[in-house]
Amino acid sequence: MSPPLRDDTKQVKKDFVSRIKNLKTRLRKSRNLLSDGLTRIMRGGGDKARILEEIDELLVGADIGVRTSAHIVEQVSSSGISLNEQTVREAIREEIVGILSLENVPEIDTTTRPHIVMVVGVNGTGKTTTIAKLARRLTGEGKKVLLAASDTFRAAAIEQLEIWAGRVGADIVKHKMGADAASVAYDAVSAAIARDVDTVIIDTAGRLQTKKNLMDEVAKIGRVTAKLVESSPHEVLLVLDATTGQNAISQARAFSETCGVTGLVVAKLDGTAKGGIVVAIAREFGIPILYIGTGETAEDLEPFDAEVFADALLT
Amino acid sequence: MFSELSEKLENALKRIRGHGKISEKNVTEALKDVRLALLEADVNYKVVKQFTEDVKVKALGEQVLTSISPGQQFVKVVFEELRDIMGEGASEITFASDPPTKIMVVGLQGSGKTTACAKIARRFKSKGRKGLLIAADIYRPAAVQQLETLAREVPVDVYYEQEQANPVDIVKRGLKEARKRAVDYVITDTAGRLHIDSEMMEELRQIKATMSPHETILVADGMTGQDAVTIATEFGSTLGLDGVILTKMDGDERGGAALSIRAVSGAPIKYVGVGEKLDALEVFHPERMASRILGMGDVLTLVEKAQDTMDVKEAERLQEKLLKEAFSLEDFLGQIKQMKKMGPLEDIVGMIPGFSKMKGIDLDEGALVRVEAIISSMTPQERVDPDLIDGSRRRRIAMGSGARVQDVNRLLKDFRQVRKLFSQMNKGKLSGMLRSLMG
Repeated sequence: MSPPLRDDTKQVKKDFVSRIKNLKTRLRKSRNLLSDGLTRIMRGGGDKARILEEIDELLVGADIGVRTSAHIVEQVSSSGISLNEQTVREAIREEIVGILSLENVPEIDTTTRPHIVMVVGVNGTGKTTTIAKLARRLTGEGKKVLLAASDTFRAAAIEQLEIWAGRVGADIVKHKMGADAASVAYDAVSAAIARDVDTVIIDTAGRLQTKKNLMDEVAKIGRVTAKLVESSPHEVLLVLDATTGQNAISQARAFSETCGVTGLVVAKLDGTAKGGIVVAIAREFGIPILYIGTGETAEDLEPFDAEVFADALLT
Repeated sequence: MFSELSEKLENALKRIRGHGKISEKNVTEALKDVRLALLEADVNYKVVKQFTEDVKVKALGEQVLTSISPGQQFVKVVFEELRDIMGEGASEITFASDPPTKIMVVGLQGSGKTTACAKIARRFKSKGRKGLLIAADIYRPAAVQQLETLAREVPVDVYYEQEQANPVDIVKRGLKEARKRAVDYVITDTAGRLHIDSEMMEELRQIKATMSPHETILVADGMTGQDAVTIATEFGSTLGLDGVILTKMDGDERGGAALSIRAVSGAPIKYVGVGEKLDALEVFHPERMASRILGMGDVLTLVEKAQDTMDVKEAERLQEKLLKEAFSLEDFLGQIKQMKKMGPLEDIVGMIPGFSKMKGIDLDEGALVRVEAIISSMTPQERVDPDLIDGSRRRRIAMGSGARVQDVNRLLKDFRQVRKLFSQMNKGKLSGMLRSLMG
């Protein structure tokens, strides 16, 4: 006998109530370290070299990375501002906003129907939950959404997506566990064309970026959809876990090379991790951050805003 | 594992290794590079600070400066500090004297708890232990199905409940069931949660109070950044941790979490997850890990892996055959299959001392698959006596294995060379041959 598929409405309701807190309140928990650290450093006094060194450590401690932290400190140092808490905070904030506000990001054509979005990432970053949230946004706008259960590897991944599809009001195309991921995607896109669907979102299995054969598989999924809809997938979203450290850089690099990532989603920003690594990624690869995940319910997805993000880090 | 950290540390140490004399200046310099390497590997900055200070004090101490090869001595200090920061020896889960041994598995969302539960069960299963898993994640959609599917693969039974029940009650009834079945161990898989979610952390406290586990294990993602210490500290202060399992350690993760978590929480790292298969769980040995990080290889793990997968008698038989030039393609195929059982080539090579640098090279796992296909397309006679294989047989084999005739030719040529090499070794001609090769 198999265990029951649960879809507890009570839980959903409870989640709905808990989500009525705004982003800032939720991010407040995660910003104390950096913000308080800055206050402590500036009040501690001392010479410029010591202050800059401690700021550098603080930024590294927020996962911003050694190189990007050094760059930010260098900018602050050479700006010639007087070193007091407010000016330093403002200078760092401006630098981060500058890095995150990417220019020359190619426009994505969203007019083609069906619009095809593929979601990729390493294991356990929150791909399936992110897909549910994206689908909820789109169905909320009155769009017709179809989910492709191309994670045919992980135990119960299909069931997980199916429950979400039911909750957010999206269609789903699935095969059995162990089926060929690319053929699920192919069937899903075919079905989307037949059913006049607006957006197809393809869920893929988590894979470590160093596993060559698995990376080839994800590239193949992309190639297969292009056979049905020209220049698709239109978007390839890489989901990063906010708690991930410098490894996220290698993830961004590998997935970009393999399947042309068009945007990032940072999941699990409701914890104490600040997701500082995206600053380094934006600086190094110029990939835009599109959304941030801030909780476990289908509504907890917010469009990324560089200013808000920097504020959440620093104020 | 740790490839990047390893490379950077090796570079930092290389400069000081050969020095006949070391001064405060070159120690400070080397430590600067060590510091950077550790920070880029996500080791918590506070841990890094402590680490470099400790190394410096020891390195500038009498013993290092006055030793015959201070450079080497310095490397030894770094090795010992690394080892000590990661723990005191291997620390596996032990079975309690009053069964069942109760294990509770906790962690953030997506850290790999459910897979870790199944991997532990598989490990115990191979030791002939009987167990029960309790599915206490009632929140994530299809979490119970995931545990159930993995458990079937182990195989081990799962206790779950049809009706919506609270996890504390599920655990209570699951334990009762475990006692009734007189199992050796029971593992509770809890829902992923944030360490700052007070309501959910309270639930864990209640589960722990109900279960009174012998081992409370935190499962942490090996790719976690600076936040690893906060996570470990929070779970530790709420629940008290007996050990940690680091997961996803088969990528190019920097592994800083391995160094930080133990240093901050004091809880030993018991196992590391090194792959998606259920047997991809290794016991964590701080000493061997320190050795691997510093590019000194890990012969012990390699030998253990070989012993786990190879049959000693079979190996002796092969050696005999090799030396008598009776080694056939059939034996060769057997060897390839055993190699593959030991795990990814890259991991194996990384354990050989001095070979850590080869890690960058693209080891072609596919070549093994092609060779396997070619040999599998030969008749048993052809495998024993490759001289039988003429032009038309070559074409047939190529067709059958999806390879090109050239590939078949190359394989046959390589095989003959290897066979010749070994028979000459036996006849004591090897030194002459090596001379001519190096010519």
